[in-house]
Amino acid sequence: MQQTLYDKLMSTHIVCEEKGSTLIYIDRQLIHEVTSPQAFEGLEIAGRKPWRVQANLAVPEHNVPTTQRSLGVEGITDPVSKLQIQTLDKNCKKFGINEIPMNDIRQGIVHVVGPEQGATLPGMSVVCGDSHTSTHGALGALAFGIGTSEVEHVLATACLWQTKSKNFKIEVNGKLNPHVSAKDIALYIIGQIGTAGGTGYAIEFTGSTITALSVEGRMTLCNMAIEAGARVGLVAVDDKTIEYVKGRPLAPTGENWNKALAYWQTLHSDANARFDKTLCFQANNIKPQVTWGTSPEMVVAIDGRVPNPKNAKDSVQKTSWKNALDYIHLKADTKISEIKIDKVFIGSCTNSRIEDLRVAAGVLQGKRIADNIKLALVVPGSGLIKQKAEAEGLDKIFTDSGFEWREAGCSMCLAMNADKLEAGERCASTSNRNFENRQGQGSFTHLVSPYTAAKSAICGRLC
Amino acid sequence: MQKFITLTSIAAPLDRANVDTDAIIPKQFLKSIKRSGFGVNLFDEWRYLDHGEVDMDNSKRPLNEKFVLNKPEYLGAKILLARENFGCGSSREHAPWALIDYGFRVIIAPSFADIVYNNCFKNGILPIVQDNNIVDELFVFKGEITINLEEQTITFAQHTYNFKIDTEGKRRLMEGLDDIELTLQHTDEIKAFEQQHFEKYPWL
Repeated sequence: MQQTLYDKLMSTHIVCEEKGSTLIYIDRQLIHEVTSPQAFEGLEIAGRKPWRVQANLAVPEHNVPTTQRSLGVEGITDPVSKLQIQTLDKNCKKFGINEIPMNDIRQGIVHVVGPEQGATLPGMSVVCGDSHTSTHGALGALAFGIGTSEVEHVLATACLWQTKSKNFKIEVNGKLNPHVSAKDIALYIIGQIGTAGGTGYAIEFTGSTITALSVEGRMTLCNMAIEAGARVGLVAVDDKTIEYVKGRPLAPTGENWNKALAYWQTLHSDANARFDKTLCFQANNIKPQVTWGTSPEMVVAIDGRVPNPKNAKDSVQKTSWKNALDYIHLKADTKISEIKIDKVFIGSCTNSRIEDLRVAAGVLQGKRIADNIKLALVVPGSGLIKQKAEAEGLDKIFTDSGFEWREAGCSMCLAMNADKLEAGERCASTSNRNFENRQGQGSFTHLVSPYTAAKSAICGRLC
Repeated sequence: MQKFITLTSIAAPLDRANVDTDAIIPKQFLKSIKRSGFGVNLFDEWRYLDHGEVDMDNSKRPLNEKFVLNKPEYLGAKILLARENFGCGSSREHAPWALIDYGFRVIIAPSFADIVYNNCFKNGILPIVQDNNIVDELFVFKGEITINLEEQTITFAQHTYNFKIDTEGKRRLMEGLDDIELTLQHTDEIKAFEQQHFEKYPWL
């Protein structure tokens, strides 16, 4: 039977089926400090042990400070953040789970660290108590976010009950316009299908535009599948994937590499596989994108205008748009290029990889950020990316232009550490969510690509 | 986990689409390492006029009188009415923990985000997907609504409507079953699976 990539990945992991639910085996669980304490607590109360301890890899990321790391965990000023990281350290030690601690050079955002370490590999089933686990689908892995009860369940059983998703193919063809990146493709697609457009589906991204993306770009795209409502985003394995995985610390070697390679090359949808839904987009229609509101689907091209609620498709959308405009302090029909910004954030599991930093540095080279920018931050996705960027001299370009060069972590994407926006501040951000209060109480987020973030920092407005 | 069989209660109408989990329970409360006590901070940014932090005395904070949960007529509601795509965004299970800790046992909406929908079942909350026109009727209805999970019905204003639910999810809610215990009944199958899986994919 002709199968989609998602069908292949699911069927490889089925342990048993029961009344419409499927028990699937989990090859890898990534763990961070925010969604795991209650899972470990549950395990302990029930007197259970991890089923397969080596399937787990932990890294602190949400709460870690991006400055003054030399003091280690003791240097964290927020006592609650500190306790959460200490709790992760303690739990990993107690249960024998491999942890990359805060001051390890390999530490970083779990969705950056996983692929970087070869902890996530093509064909694997990968879960994490974090919705952006969809990122790892870029390697042809079955990867999705779960809740804390499920984190505990995977710890205790190495399995999860799942209902099979439907298959959704999104094809993008043609050459991208200059300065348009994977982030713009993601935002454009979400703008077209809405934040619930992928609910109940696993999305496979295909087409010549996707094939031409780097693996890092594919991660950006799959990362935001969840913003379109899909828990799973996928890209088929090709030579780029294999090249990316080769030589990673946890990637197979020798005879196992050859066996893995033979298997990985089958990880694509069959030519006549049936999809429940298919959409096609042309790359040349995609311009640099920017969100104007409080949901990732509230997005327009950078040369566009803030939409007018009177043009909304129905009363629910009209109310949403009005609420968003009220919250974000913008008037309908305002030109996007007239929107002044206060801060710029380059980072997050969406856009903190080396190529993101290279693009932004390329824009900033020899330039200064505008006087009205109060703070511009670059937060690399991992300590290793930071090291690589420094070896390439990117840190110097950033700091010369007025950006601050920070340590790895989630940082201002969700502002659980000290990096946040103040009320009323407006930010061009390469992160993934522009919800109310996401980057700080009463703050305003505009989601953009690294290119647009860097350019906007120079202009002092969205541009 | 608390069993769910039937429930009769008034419903609190939250008239917004795409209510995200950041709004259900803001990030500062995710720093807790416990599973309970999130109810007082449910919808914190809409519910209070000041900025909430962990360990505040919530009884002394200024309330946003306009927010639905602060209106006297909705006090004690165990049913939450919502619009499309309820619970989108972050996977935080703190969202259903906050909802049940507050006292909600049922959420009725035209659609839910996948992760929150699944998490409801794991925490004794019944998420009901209902047609837009029935949800519209519920939004204007004032009075008690009866939910019968066994019959899969919603009854209000002398009308009874059916709703659909996955049979396994229904059974787990009705029996209040612990997922892990159930899965461990499949230990032999898991072990057999592992043997062939690691033989076939030895690099894993």
